[in-house]
Amino acid sequence: MANNHHGDKTGHGTHSGGAAGTMPATGQGNGGHGSHHIVPFETYIKVFATLIFLTFITVAASRIDFGAFNAIVAFGIATVKALFVALIFMHLKYDDRMNRIIIVSAFFFLLVLWFFSILDEMTRVVQHSTL
Amino acid sequence: MSTVKYDAHGNPYAMHYDSPEHEYQTGKQGVWLFLATEVLMFGGLFVAYAIFHHIYPEVFKIGAKFTDWRFGSANTIVLLSSSLTMALGIYYIQMKNNARAFWMLAITVICGFIFMAIKYVEYSHKLHLGLYPGAWYHGNLEEVAHHVGLSPEEIPANLALYFSFYFMMTGLHGIHVMLGMGLIIWTMIRLKRGDFSPDHYTAVEGVGLFWHLVDLVWIYLFPLLYLVS
Repeated sequence: MANNHHGDKTGHGTHSGGAAGTMPATGQGNGGHGSHHIVPFETYIKVFATLIFLTFITVAASRIDFGAFNAIVAFGIATVKALFVALIFMHLKYDDRMNRIIIVSAFFFLLVLWFFSILDEMTRVVQHSTL
Repeated sequence: MSTVKYDAHGNPYAMHYDSPEHEYQTGKQGVWLFLATEVLMFGGLFVAYAIFHHIYPEVFKIGAKFTDWRFGSANTIVLLSSSLTMALGIYYIQMKNNARAFWMLAITVICGFIFMAIKYVEYSHKLHLGLYPGAWYHGNLEEVAHHVGLSPEEIPANLALYFSFYFMMTGLHGIHVMLGMGLIIWTMIRLKRGDFSPDHYTAVEGVGLFWHLVDLVWIYLFPLLYLVS
């Protein structure tokens, strides 16, 4: 929890539950949010341009047949786009670690659901009743 | 008010927090927890899609012919633009430029309207052909086949399955877009009222996170429903 890369930019939110209440109100400067990381205007524009570019790439790639890799290419590009949105637009890059853990855990459990569902589906053997 | 405390700069915060910063971080963490449940809700539909796509690949291959990639691409660009203006709305609040922040939020809402308008065109086109979800499907086989330039024999008997997924996934997403638009309008009213400052904009940050998640879901829905071949 003490992995505080950004010094006073993160606050007590890093600490879960009751621990926060016991922490002295240090690291806040003289109060207020003046310490929040402000993403530069140019960064937002660059990320937006990248997202639009990747959208065109997605459409162009869908015209090419990569065989079994079609889905992987499409969702690989989608994941790159999703990372840009999450890290910059949603400020996760500058946020405290707990928020990253929360959202990554959601995707992790989704992957678990997907993995076992697909495993079940692909290993089924059709059997006919002998009755 | 006994329930409100003020820090050295006169910023108010609820008495059970240590500081306005603590209040802000806690509120934001709550939003992230909510977004995790959203990921799991949409995720269930994505996994269901994966399973049925594996069982009936031809249903999804033929079904996707009824979606127009041009509408999908246009909506992708509209939503990405709205994410940019949402982020810039918060940026301008941080920069103490509330007038510009207000316009950025307004453009975000307008993008939401454009998205829903395009969705309306797509939906009415499908419903006109009788391409309803599941049991409500009543497309005329000849007409449906002709629409995508196939012979009636090439149309799978359970094509309705595709439209169950199409309407459930885009419908749930569309409800989120409309809820998000309402929430952004709420932050615009509060902004006009002078509720927000570079020191206090928790509500805008939370609504922004929700709006970006809606964008994020669409980033995956777009190739899933419009670009499968």
